[in-house]
Amino acid sequence: MATPENLKVSELPEIPDPGADEILGPGHNYATVTERIGGIVYTPWKRWPGKWWIGAIISFIFVNLLMTAMYVLFFRGIGTWGVNIPIGWGFAIINFVWWIGIGHAGTLISAILFLLRQDWRTSINRFSEAMTLFAVACAGMFPILHLGRPWLAYWLFPYPNSMWLWPQPRSPLEWDVFAVSTYGTVSLVFWYCGLIPDLASMRDMAPHPWQQRIYGILSLGWRGSAIHWHRYQKAYLLLAGLSTPLVLSVHTIVSFDFAISIIPGWHTTIFPPYFVAGAIYSGFAMVLTLIIPLRSWYNMRDLITLRHIDAAAKFMLGTGLIVAYGYSMEAFMSWYSGDPYEKFMYWNRITGPYGFTYVLLILCNIALPQSLWSRRVRHNIGLVWVLSLIVNVGMWLERFVIVVTSLHRDFLPSSWGIYIPTKWDWATYTGTLGFFMLLIFLFVRLLPSISIFEVREVVHHIAHPREVYTEKQL
Amino acid sequence: MKQSLIPLESLLEPARKPAPDLEALREKLAAGRGPKFWRTLNEAAESEELQEYIEQEFPGLSGQIPQGVDRRSLLKVMAASLAMAGAAACTKLPKELIVPYVRQPENVIPGLPLFYATAMTTAGYARGLLVESHLNRPTKVEGNPDHPASLGATTIFEQASILSLYDPDRSETVLHEGQISNWPTFTGAFSTEAQGIGMRKGEGLAILSGATTSPTLISQMTALQQQFPGAKWYIHEPSVNAAVRNAAKSIAGKNAFVAYDFSQADVVVSLESDFMNTGPAALAYARQMSARRAVDNGQTPVRHYAIESGPTVSGSIADHRFPVKSSAIPAIAYQLAKACGVAAPDAGAAAPEWLNAIAQDLQNAKGRCVVVPGEYQPESVHLAAWAINSALGNTGKTVRLLESVEPDNTHTLEELTNDLTNGRVEVLVILGVNPVYTAPASLNFPSAIRKARLVVRLGQFFDETSRWSHWHVPEAHYLETWSDARAFDGTTTIQQPLIAPLYENKSAHEILSILLGKPDQSSHDIVKGYWQSQLKTADFDTLWKTSLHDGWIAGLTANTINAGGAVTLPPLQQPAIANLEVVFRPDPTIGDGAWANNGWLQELPKPQSKMTWDNTVAISPADAQKMNVTIGDMLKVTVNGRSTVGPAWILPGHAENSVTVYFGYGRETSGKVGTGIGYNAYLIQDAASRWYAAGSMSKTGEHYRLANVQETQTMAGRDPVRAATLAEYRKEPNFPTAEEPPLDKKTTLYPPWPYEGYKWGMSIDLNVCTGCSACIIACQAENNIAVVGKDQVARGRHMHWIRVDRYYSGNDIDNPEIYNQPIPCMHCEQAPCEVVCPVAATVHSNEGLNEMVYNRCVGTRYCSNNCPYKVRRFNFYLYSDWNTQSLYGMRNPDVTVRSRGVMEKCSYCIQRIQEMKIQAEKENRRIRDGEIQTACQQVCPTQAITFGDLNDKGSKVAKLHALPRNYGLLDDLNTRPRTTYLGFVRNSNEALSGNTRKS
Repeated sequence: MATPENLKVSELPEIPDPGADEILGPGHNYATVTERIGGIVYTPWKRWPGKWWIGAIISFIFVNLLMTAMYVLFFRGIGTWGVNIPIGWGFAIINFVWWIGIGHAGTLISAILFLLRQDWRTSINRFSEAMTLFAVACAGMFPILHLGRPWLAYWLFPYPNSMWLWPQPRSPLEWDVFAVSTYGTVSLVFWYCGLIPDLASMRDMAPHPWQQRIYGILSLGWRGSAIHWHRYQKAYLLLAGLSTPLVLSVHTIVSFDFAISIIPGWHTTIFPPYFVAGAIYSGFAMVLTLIIPLRSWYNMRDLITLRHIDAAAKFMLGTGLIVAYGYSMEAFMSWYSGDPYEKFMYWNRITGPYGFTYVLLILCNIALPQSLWSRRVRHNIGLVWVLSLIVNVGMWLERFVIVVTSLHRDFLPSSWGIYIPTKWDWATYTGTLGFFMLLIFLFVRLLPSISIFEVREVVHHIAHPREVYTEKQL
Repeated sequence: MKQSLIPLESLLEPARKPAPDLEALREKLAAGRGPKFWRTLNEAAESEELQEYIEQEFPGLSGQIPQGVDRRSLLKVMAASLAMAGAAACTKLPKELIVPYVRQPENVIPGLPLFYATAMTTAGYARGLLVESHLNRPTKVEGNPDHPASLGATTIFEQASILSLYDPDRSETVLHEGQISNWPTFTGAFSTEAQGIGMRKGEGLAILSGATTSPTLISQMTALQQQFPGAKWYIHEPSVNAAVRNAAKSIAGKNAFVAYDFSQADVVVSLESDFMNTGPAALAYARQMSARRAVDNGQTPVRHYAIESGPTVSGSIADHRFPVKSSAIPAIAYQLAKACGVAAPDAGAAAPEWLNAIAQDLQNAKGRCVVVPGEYQPESVHLAAWAINSALGNTGKTVRLLESVEPDNTHTLEELTNDLTNGRVEVLVILGVNPVYTAPASLNFPSAIRKARLVVRLGQFFDETSRWSHWHVPEAHYLETWSDARAFDGTTTIQQPLIAPLYENKSAHEILSILLGKPDQSSHDIVKGYWQSQLKTADFDTLWKTSLHDGWIAGLTANTINAGGAVTLPPLQQPAIANLEVVFRPDPTIGDGAWANNGWLQELPKPQSKMTWDNTVAISPADAQKMNVTIGDMLKVTVNGRSTVGPAWILPGHAENSVTVYFGYGRETSGKVGTGIGYNAYLIQDAASRWYAAGSMSKTGEHYRLANVQETQTMAGRDPVRAATLAEYRKEPNFPTAEEPPLDKKTTLYPPWPYEGYKWGMSIDLNVCTGCSACIIACQAENNIAVVGKDQVARGRHMHWIRVDRYYSGNDIDNPEIYNQPIPCMHCEQAPCEVVCPVAATVHSNEGLNEMVYNRCVGTRYCSNNCPYKVRRFNFYLYSDWNTQSLYGMRNPDVTVRSRGVMEKCSYCIQRIQEMKIQAEKENRRIRDGEIQTACQQVCPTQAITFGDLNDKGSKVAKLHALPRNYGLLDDLNTRPRTTYLGFVRNSNEALSGNTRKS
């Protein structure tokens, strides 16, 4: 058995994908699973794959770009961005909604699929949850950065003060504060809770005392006793139950930022469900965007199999259809309402100065993903990856279309305007992409990116197929 | 002191040049090869080295920082600056004791403003003002309601003049050939000069000033001409057409002023006259027209025809507008004269068909109509208009001849240029005007001015003319010095200062006083002395004080001239320009260029184009299509071989085959604000045909970024402005709401606000709004609104709390209907902004005000997104100038100066509301109707804006809200705006229904 010291992932023999019916490659036992997943973390840095280095360094450069953009923003003001009157919100809010949406897949996979007992979630849930956290971190930056006076962002929190001033509870932005902070907190707790048994495994296989100590502290004294497992399963189940409504609530409330307003193109009752579907859509797209290279770079095709990719692609297709329904309802209602502003808004979306974004949006979010109906497409990893990127772009465009094209021509023609993002808009956006990617790269290096104990459960289930895993037996 | 300073160029080694060979120069001069008179060593030596030496020695002369500064040199300069900061302590400041008031001066209560009456002159004519002063700092200009040329209103220029007072770029010291000097030195030198002039009996003395009506100045000039018979007085007013005065003179037989009375007019025909916005009596005319446009009292309103090349402010609310070339107006005037029964010479071309209908309308309103000739039209048009008015029996009724208040015996700039060129001027004293910039290019004034041996310039800025002058004396702002001025009707105002000169500023009176041998006299002594000699009364002090208090001297008005009648019209000098005609006009907001350094006026959207920060070449849509020009394309306009290049602006309603260029831009030496923006139209102006000329135009292929505040010019199928013809209005007085009645007050889930005390509301009458934009500037001055600059305006970030939307309507892009719609905050009863603010920074007051709490605002901008009227403005940067000391004094102390990152918007001038509430509470009463005037309301020349308490059913605003023509903008959104509009009513002529589109 290879020891972590001499294990170099890239030198392992190419492990074939077991195919679309298997969630785990053949020949795995508990030990191989632990070794394979934990081994990634314990590979000495000299043996880290070159692709990791390149990716991490590029990401780090973009993090520096983000820092620079933030410095310029704080020093000079929000005017460095392209926002104006009438387009008071631009990239910041687009990116906020986009990142929050991406964050949705993690909780959905961990919580809802856990409750639904979808066994294929085990290989990707840890990773998706991490992705959720990082996406929420990126999203969380924007509402603060976009403030005219970001140093006063804490005024949005209801803290006791001598002037007895409280936030204004009718504002959807205030609801956002609670929705997003709750979501971030619960996601973190859920993710950490799920990590505990694996942290203990990491502690146990640590080659160095200091690694042992760090993972030891993080694993909170987990010994793997039956009582531990029992309590752990209970807690996890409860947290899954707690997270489930959040999956629906967060993006519902984010959609209220728009739906509560009176701006044509925002003032729409279909927004909550269609935002949630869109969020899951983009979340799964991002999961695919990340795990397809990951499984290839770290030789984990037997852990993240075609089955997973197929399932995620189907999720994309399904939520994409809900989104398509949302678009068509928006279009229908703008006509059916008879409201001239609504009618104009939709017409302007398609034919106005930002018409190209709408066309691209339909192409990326509706037209191209329909190819996922085909099994052959779903099983073509490269194609699925490209489609996942396209959907990511499409979902970003959707937020662009909603935020910008609705605002830029609202009620009074005299006040119509145009929004052109500046270089600092792009710097902030790409900077958060870099920040997100850097966190992902660090995560892959520092923590088991696939749940070890849950995959071991899968090994057990494959070995003992008739034993039905129920809670009572625990 | 000056010598002890380290010369800048010694630090800039690479740029160091050897000192000029003065010895060689001396030889050159001795040999008689140099010019006879030279202004500077530079000119004498004509050497490149010497020129560079002077450029470096006096960087202020060239206005340029030496080029090629590297890092090391920069650090050296910085170090030197620090050293010199210490050296500056050597300046001996006068010892002044600072002692708090032992006895507080009467009436000076910190926190309470005082108002002083004074006047500002435009082209010499006064408009009476009341200026608000906070602890002896003038902060806001209002019109003097008792003054006939103001009636309480002002134009944009009076409002913006307060910024010019505090302009940090004003010149501060006397300069002698670019070097800092002082007033006593100048007085000494100039007194000596005056003695020399006196010995020559004034030969060779030329005084150039702007137009003036100041009795003191005229008397000083009279005295001067008595003392120095050879001295000549020249007047140059770049935006005044001499033909107006000449025509009046030939009508009256002496200097006169043709005044109109629109309050009795049923039909008004304007032959390219912007009478409601331009000219000495514009505000009075605007008020009269506004009253005559009233429709709610059941009377038939005035019918206003505008025949003009480009849409003017007055023309924009005309009932019928006819775009014709400016050069075609004389012929049209003659044809109209003929149609009205005047024996007019043949006008050549056939009359347009609509002219007969106008003539018919005039004939039907004999004695109750006015034909107004254009300010920039030739004498023939003015004579024709007089002849028509006489023939229709209007003289004495709607048209009067008044005795002129302008001085006689003055000469023109052309004569001065001639005299200079022929060496007849030795000493040239320029009082205020800037001829080097504003003289028509054909005169080549910059080369003529070099011929004078000594040029003394009094100017507020060190500008183009100052650069060519030996002495530059900083001119006092009108709020800094004593003077006097008269209005068009002779009403005389003592201009009293509100503040001591901020710098070493002097008035024209003081300069002339040196020549008159009394160099020590102050403006106050000169002006008061003059009036003491004029008003022979026992109790002069009381009369003086009363006059200062009231803003006018009782009993000094111009007499009506009853003579003057039949004029014979000269044959038409020239037919309409067949090809392209170039029309020259002062810029709508910058004027002739004197306001170029005023940021408020630069950023004020120009009434028709809504352009800021640039002048444009206005062309008609038809021409644009022909030449394939889009907005912003650079056009080269050539007149008489001279050309200038400016960006195109397609102006619907502009006459075809005609372009308008605007003066005021392309300044080389203005301040930080006005230098180097726009193009200079004077460069193609010909003194012989100043206001229109034949020319040509071509595309340069370049494109220019313009900063416009209104991109969409039509109503896009919506109805923000609701209009009807008079007939439609009579049939359906509630036409604005007939199609869609306002929503029921119960249509809401929230309980209604009670509004038990006051309930503030506003009404804006679109029927009388001319779009003059005075409200925007008044609001800017009152509410400390920041200037953001061209780049920020182009990005959609201008800060005006009230804007004037201009919409084009109708089917004819070449002659659309034009509507102006002022948009302040609507103060919605169900304000969409209030619910979405997460920190309660915008809240509803119990009086219905939608209040903005700057301190609490974190800047989410959600309120602005959710405002359907988009009246909210955001400080994307730190727009307010927190650093320039001189601007501190200008700001209204009752209004917060906003910082970066906060939202702001119209507050209905809450500081004025609070002030009156305190006053009323002290007196234990309610605020009376009309006691509170918002800044926009107060300044409005046509009184389109009314503000007041809607709970008071007798208030004017409540009555206006109850009119059938009242409607709320976007009230189908159930926002329940407190600011509502009165629909536009067009008094169309049935006979011309084919020529104008239905409303």
